[in-house]
Amino acid sequence: MGTITPELVTAHQLSESEYEKIIRILGREPSYTELGIFSVMWSEHCSYKSSRLHLKKLPTRSKLVLQGPGENAGVIDIGDGYAIAFKIESHNHPSFIEPFQGAATGVGGILRDIFTMGARPVAVMDSLRFGPLDEPRAGARNRRILEGVVAGIAHYGNCFGVPTVGGECLFEPGYNGNPLVNVFALGVFKKDDIFLAQARGVGNPVIYVGSKTGKDGIHGASMASAEFTEESKQKRPNVQVGDPFLEKLLLEACLELMETDLLVGIQAMGAA
Amino acid sequence: MRFGVVVFPGSNCDHDAWYAASHNLGHEAEYIWHDSTTIGSVDAVILPGGFSYGDYLRCGAIAKFSKVMRAVKQFASDGGLVIGICNGFQILVESGMLPGALIRNRGLKFICRPVRLVTMTAKSPFTSQTNPGQVLRVPIAHGEGCYYADERTLDELEAEDRVVFRYLDNPNGSLRDIAGILSRGRNVMGMMPHPERASDPLMGSTDGLVVFQSMAAVMAVK
Repeated sequence: MGTITPELVTAHQLSESEYEKIIRILGREPSYTELGIFSVMWSEHCSYKSSRLHLKKLPTRSKLVLQGPGENAGVIDIGDGYAIAFKIESHNHPSFIEPFQGAATGVGGILRDIFTMGARPVAVMDSLRFGPLDEPRAGARNRRILEGVVAGIAHYGNCFGVPTVGGECLFEPGYNGNPLVNVFALGVFKKDDIFLAQARGVGNPVIYVGSKTGKDGIHGASMASAEFTEESKQKRPNVQVGDPFLEKLLLEACLELMETDLLVGIQAMGAA
Repeated sequence: MRFGVVVFPGSNCDHDAWYAASHNLGHEAEYIWHDSTTIGSVDAVILPGGFSYGDYLRCGAIAKFSKVMRAVKQFASDGGLVIGICNGFQILVESGMLPGALIRNRGLKFICRPVRLVTMTAKSPFTSQTNPGQVLRVPIAHGEGCYYADERTLDELEAEDRVVFRYLDNPNGSLRDIAGILSRGRNVMGMMPHPERASDPLMGSTDGLVVFQSMAAVMAVK
């Protein structure tokens, strides 16, 4: 207690008013750990705090929508008892800082959102924006980012075992030092086999599984939500190093577990 | 006929191979877990593509120590048919069941696209239903598919008619355009391209199915 300085709050990408709100909610000063949790969960990356206004304008209701916003991925009824789960997510900032791992973990993150719904991922697509490759000043960096992003997507998808079936790529000066890396993934399953991130029941064990932890990826979510600056390059350790092999094992383990009656709910933790 | 598809942790073309053998070919197919000490009562073994054990050390280098590979080796030395596709080919060379090595593609990049293969010999259980010179359109998807061996081995492979497939437009720098080879006993084959991904009309080509058809034809005679 009493160790949270304004500098520490700023370093966690939380504004003064957000910090006041945390104190109001808790009725006291947060601990260092709690500050970290708020920092992640209230980041743009995790909470869509500034974009949710616009996202709400999109149509999300229809007879065919089996699952709208609020879960790991959306689900649409495609007939004959089958459904598809799909989602698109950006990994812009990590890909700018460390193109290969940034794009690779973008693919990894979106795949996890699909299979935690119960669907086996079958396709990945990417929507990419880069600065022109022949610009005198920014060209070299744009080429490096392009090569790293493409290699990262290819490597992760190939190792995990999901084909990259399409995408789009455009070059504009506006994306100099500000590339956009959007990854889309789609999975197929029986429509009665949907799993949700909701759990009820007293005494149920909670099992938390994932890749081994290292010094990579810490503060990744709040970093991913920050403004692009020259200092961003120093944030390379904040980008997580992907492990497609382990995620492939996690996929098979989850789908196998889902065939039993043991699972109440499941949630992809993502950057949080 | 009964095909056995070995599943290592990280195998990711096992479903495709199983589907090609069972649905496209119409024979029986089952999975064989990597931890198994026996391959059961199958007539042929498929080592599928993927990243066995993550392939973090070197492609296929860990898989060769798996329990099931001892059984696969025994099966092969008894004359059983074994086909290794992509990572399966890498495992076969690492295990010493086929000569040579598969190294980084010449361009140092992962390549995923259809390629044209020339069938070099019909005198193998994997190409018995083809005509020599027949061109097959089959996809590749690898970063380490450049076939490498010393000159003497390459000469020997050619002299003994053990080069099964060559690339028409060599995509990865493989020596002498080699895409697939046979063991000395001709009952073990490794190839980098994926015939199981070209076995269903939905996938754009069914040229790869002839490999499995050839295997089934040979096993039917046995």
